[in-house]
This record gives sequence, C-alpha cells and structure tokens, in this order.
Amino acid sequence: MNKENTIPALDIDQQTPNEQTIEEIVASLGDTVGEARVENPKMSVSGVDVFYAEKQAIFGVDLDIANNEVISMIGPSGCGKSTLLRCLNRMNDTIPICRVTGEIMLDGEGIYSKDTDPVLLRARVGMVFQKPNPFPKSIYENVAYGPRLHGLNRNKADLDDIVVNSLRKAGIYDEVKNRLDDAGTSLSGGQQQRLCIARTIACSPEVILMDEPCSALDPIATAKIEELIDELRENYAIAIVTHSMQQAARVSQRTAYFHLGKLVEVGDTDTIFTNPKHELTEKYITGRFG
Amino acid sequence: MTEQTRQTQVQAMSDTTIRVRQSLKKRYAREKRFRLFGMIAIIASLTFLAVLIISITIRGLPAFKQTFINLDVTLDAQTLGVDETADENALRRANYNGAIRNSLLELFPDVSSRKEKRALYSFVSKGGQYDLQAQVMADPALIGQTVNVWLPVGDDTSGYLRGHIDTTLPEKKRRFKDNQIAWVEELRSNGQIETRFNSTFFSRGDSREPELAGIKGSLFGSLLTLLVTLTLSFPIAVATAIYLEEFAPKNRWTDIIEVNINNLAAVPSIVFGLLGLAIFINFFQLPRSAPIVGGLVLSLMTLPTIIISARAALKSVPPSIRDAALGLGASRLQVVFHHVLPLAMPGILTGTIIGMAQALGETAPLLMIGMVAFIVDVPTTLTDPATVLPVQIFQWADLPEKGFVEKTSAAIMVLLGFLILMNATAVFLRRKFERKW
Ligand SMILES: Nc1ncnc2c1ncn2[C@@H]1O[C@H](COP(=O)(O)OP(=O)(O)OP(=O)(O)O)[C@@H](O)[C@H]1O
Ligand SMILES: [Mg+2]
Repeated sequence: MNKENTIPALDIDQQTPNEQTIEEIVASLGDTVGEARVENPKMSVSGVDVFYAEKQAIFGVDLDIANNEVISMIGPSGCGKSTLLRCLNRMNDTIPICRVTGEIMLDGEGIYSKDTDPVLLRARVGMVFQKPNPFPKSIYENVAYGPRLHGLNRNKADLDDIVVNSLRKAGIYDEVKNRLDDAGTSLSGGQQQRLCIARTIACSPEVILMDEPCSALDPIATAKIEELIDELRENYAIAIVTHSMQQAARVSQRTAYFHLGKLVEVGDTDTIFTNPKHELTEKYITGRFG
Repeated sequence: MTEQTRQTQVQAMSDTTIRVRQSLKKRYAREKRFRLFGMIAIIASLTFLAVLIISITIRGLPAFKQTFINLDVTLDAQTLGVDETADENALRRANYNGAIRNSLLELFPDVSSRKEKRALYSFVSKGGQYDLQAQVMADPALIGQTVNVWLPVGDDTSGYLRGHIDTTLPEKKRRFKDNQIAWVEELRSNGQIETRFNSTFFSRGDSREPELAGIKGSLFGSLLTLLVTLTLSFPIAVATAIYLEEFAPKNRWTDIIEVNINNLAAVPSIVFGLLGLAIFINFFQLPRSAPIVGGLVLSLMTLPTIIISARAALKSVPPSIRDAALGLGASRLQVVFHHVLPLAMPGILTGTIIGMAQALGETAPLLMIGMVAFIVDVPTTLTDPATVLPVQIFQWADLPEKGFVEKTSAAIMVLLGFLILMNATAVFLRRKFERKW
C-alpha cells in the first residue's frame, strides 16, 4: 500500500474534501481488496455507479451476495451503504434524481433490464428498514398484507398459517399471539422491528435486505434480532447494513467495507476483523475514525 | 490549573449568571406582553362573535313562532261559488277569502265602512285561504258546514301582538290603528289568539307575504346545488391531488400547474360566476337559475380548496409507510389506495367539508347565473329554477316588512346552524381518524 496515496483521504473531512475532489480521492483508494465474487451468487453487482443528480454516490462497485449467507456492509456515515442496498431491490426508483448504471443480477437476470418488473423484484427481494415502519393497521393485517397482495394464500386458513408462521420465525409470536388485532404501531420499537421482519418474511422473498435494523433498539431486542438473522440465513440470502462492528462480526459470514462510495475491502468476516488488508479498513474497525 | 486561572473562571461564570439573570427579566416581560396581546385578540374576537350571534338570535327568534287567530268559518256554497260536486280546478279557485271575511264580520257585526272592513280583514294573512283550500280539497263534503280553524295572522297584526308597534305614537303615524287594537284585544281576551311554532317557515318556499314565506325552497336549492358541487369537485380534486402528489414528475409543467391551482384558490368568486354565465349558460345553453349550473360554478370554486388540502394531507403521510408497502411489492397505485389515501382521508374530508361550507355560504357567483329570481316553488330536480339560502337572505334583507326582517335573521340562524354542523363534522372526523405513527 502506498502511504502517499491514502493519507490525504484520512486527513480530510469526508463531506468537504478540500482541494482534492471526491473523484480524485476515490481514484487514490485503488482497487477493491479481497474476493468480491463467490460461487453461485444469488445476487451479483458489477461495475455499479450511482448518481444523485450530478453527484456520484457509488463508484464502480463489484460485489456478490451468496445464498444462505449474511453479508454485512460497513463504513463511515454517508459512504453509500444504504444507497447500494436500495439499488438491490430498486427502491431507488422512487427518488427521481437517482440514476444507476452498471449491472445488478438476481439469479443471472439483470434487475435493471427492461423485462424486469420492479414490483415482482421487490416481492423476491424483501427489505427491512432502519426505522420500524409498521402500517397503522392491526398486527395481523401487517403480516397478511404481502401474501394477500401477491395472492400467496388460497383461503383464509392458509393466510392464518402464513401469518402465524411468519410471526413465529420472526420470534415475536409468543408476545403478540393474544393481541393480533391490536394496532402494529402499539408495539414497542423492538417488537415493531420484528413485526416488520415478519411482514417481510411473509412474502417468502429469496433475499432479505436490512438497513441498520437494530439502530433504534436496545441490546436485548438487538440480540433477539441477531439471533433471528442467524436462523433466517438457512433459507435466505441476507445483506445487512450496520454501524456496529460487533454486530457485523456476530451475524455475518462476509463483510464489505465501503469508503466514500467505493468498496474498499471485502472478504470473510473473520479475516476482515482480524487481519484487514487495507489501511482504511483497519483504521475503521479499530475505531480510529469514522 | 493555577489559582489565578481558577479565579478568572469563577469570575467569568458568575458574570454569565448575572448577564443571563438580567436578560431573563426582559425575556419574561416580553413573553408576558406577547401572551397579553394574544388574550386581548382572542377576547376581542370572541366578543364580536358573541355580539353577532346574540343580535341575530334576538332578531331571528320571533320568526320561529307564528301567531294564529281562531275563527269559525262557514263554508256556504254561495260565498265560495262552488258546491261539493265541483271538480278539482273549481275547488281550487273557490272564494275562500270571502268565507274568511264573512266570519270576521260575524265576530264584529258593527263594522260597516269599507275602511273599517279593510282594517278588519288584515287580521288574517292572505295565506289563510290556502289552509282552507287544502282542507276543502281534501274533503269537499265540508262545503255547507262550519269549520273551526286556526289561521295565521297578517303581518301588521303579528307585529302589534309582538310589541313591535309603538302604541304611544299618534294614530296617524302607525300602521295599526286604534280600532284594530281594540278588536285584537277583544279576540285575545276571548282566547282566540295563540302563538305556536312556525312550521310554515320550514315547509314553504318564498312568498311576497312575510307570514307565508319559508326557507324550504332555498334550503332545497342549497342542498341540490351542494350535491352537484360535491359529486363533481370531490372526485376530481382528489384524483388531481393524488396525481400531482404521487405520480406526476416534478418538472416545470407541474410547477406551473401548482402555481395556477394556488392562484385559482385566490380568484374572487364573482369571477367564477361570470365564467359560469359565459360557459354553462351562454355556450352550453344550460337553464338559468338552476342548481346544476350553480353546482358547476361552485365546483370550480371549491376545486382548488380541496386540491390544496388533499395534497397537504397526502404529503403528511410519512414516506416510511410508502417505503414499507413498496418494499413488499405493492405497485404505486396499490401503495396509494391501500395505505396513503386511507391515512390522508380525514385531512381530505376536512378540506372538503370546509370547501363545502364555503360553497354553502357563497352568494356572488350565484347572482351572476340568475339564482336570485323570486321562486315560490320548492325545487325537486337539478334543472328546476331555484335559489339558495344566502341569496334568500340577501333578498329578504332588502324587504321592508317587519316579518321579513325577522325571517332574514332566522334564515341566517339556519345557515349558521348548517355551517357549524359542517365544521363540527370536520373536527369530529379529524379527531376520530387521527392516527399516530
Ligand atoms: N435522496 C438523496 N438525494 C441526494 N443525495 C443523497 C440521497 N440519499 C443519499 N444521498 C447522498 O448519497 C451519499 C450516500 O448516502 P447513503 O444514505 O447511502 O449513506 P450511508 O452509507 O447509508 O450513510 P449512513 O450510515 O449515515 O446511513 C451521501 O453523500 C448522501 O448525501
Ligand atoms: Mg444509511
């Protein structure tokens, strides 16, 4: 690693690079360290650039998301983790100024290609948001909404099954089984977040994206959700954005470190946390900046 | 830290304390003054409101009562000019007035001069004959018999009975003469004068006689007009708001549209009346004075109001709800109709009701399209000539008879009642459906 190249990036405030433009700094970061590709990827991101109007937020990212695996995305605030995550199920479509170039594949099909329907894509790639956002309806309705929308159930009993199973998988069933008709918004923050996870699972997605799902939760609720993520891994491919190094280390098998919109380093979580190759990664995970 | 620096720090701290203390006094004084002004403003506006409502109530309340005179009317075939075999048309045109007059003369046999007779006849309202007519037409067998009826008294008599006529004035200067007073007092002591609830006021259309004039015609005119306004403006406005808020790209065109909608909301209402006259009546040849045209004009006027409030309501639905639904694979239309619209509905309804209340109180544009005509019949279809409550008030306010002065205030009370009812509904809806997330 060439020290001359990396040090300016460390010294300056990320938001207002003085003298050097973001493009120059990003160029100085060099290529991604580590193996971005896996065998048999569920989703595969290739050369993706994302722009908000003129401003570029993601620079040429290559990354694979594997089946039955949790990949965590870490990096300083504003480095584009949420932006990349939202590209994976085209939630960015709702932002008019957002433009995505490059290729993102789901099971070998480009999700930004003309034949891909974003509605179908979002049914296959579910998302859990940073802030719990249950619908202001009953707990039952919250979970039943997705299956009903996609016609996943044949009859009412089917739907009941889906709801109960999803709540169970999300580890919240015991807490709410007697109050399924209460408003989803009447639950505590942690319960709401697990309800949102149940709601996402109910659609039987293939990939689950989670954007800082525990940032509003206390350690106990966080532990429950982490446990849940670990269980969900058996059936889904999961990508999680987190600010907590410990959380990334606990729940994920692979970790990707982003800096200023660039994927700096990616690899096995163990390797990244014990033996980071890139200087920026090391500084970040040892808590020296970010 | 040396002793010196600690001292300066303590010094500085107490300095700050002193300064803050000094400024605090000023700040609190300012706050007190501001609250005082607020209280004064509220008290002033409440006083005005109270004065308005009290004065209207005092003036209007008598109109809800009506004075009746008890008469034994002999329905002899000779006076009426018909017998029980006559057909409906003849029965309708029979001389009921003559029968009433005869019964008045029977009560006061001394009356002989024409002038005195006229004074006596004025006791019974011209509408009295319609009551008799209705009775006889329902049962022609009454002809030849004597019926005991309560008939409404005339305007002057009613004015006297309510104390509106100053009896200390010289006789020449008042409309109710000494002999009339004597007769009325005699009737009153015989128990032949009674005051009851004025159902006529709610069951009849307009009339030239104040004791016969009611608000049913204008009330129905208002309801029909509002019906047209609501059915047109609500769906169009909500669809517009949804499109602009949820689907339209944000570009120069939508900016222009937005500015124009906001401008439309500020256009004086009479301009909409002129527009309606030119387009709906002159170009499309729709009938004048009809609720359908009134409704069309008022919808033009209420559209921007509802659009603006609906957009505000849609905007206030948190984006996280939209994200949640989209993330589950709902289409944009489903997001709107399953989640956003139901959440925005209380706000939209509140805006709609406020728009409707404005429309209900609107006069100027309706004058332009001829809803100001004198219309006796109660409208039943959208193309019947009609007038509306505020225009009726405007018309009655112009008339000199004491009865109409009362009716004006009474009609205002009814109108205010409806407005309060509508606004209360808006508040109720807002409370009931208010959600927290
Ligand atoms: N809607 C938007 N419009 C314009 N710029 C945006 C928008 N959303 C994000 N950005 C910009 O894109 C960059 C990346 O933002 P992003 O939200 O992806 O960061 P992040 O890594 O998720 O940060 P955090 O950890 O704070 O959530 C930031 O510089 C941000 O200012
Ligand atoms: Mg983020």
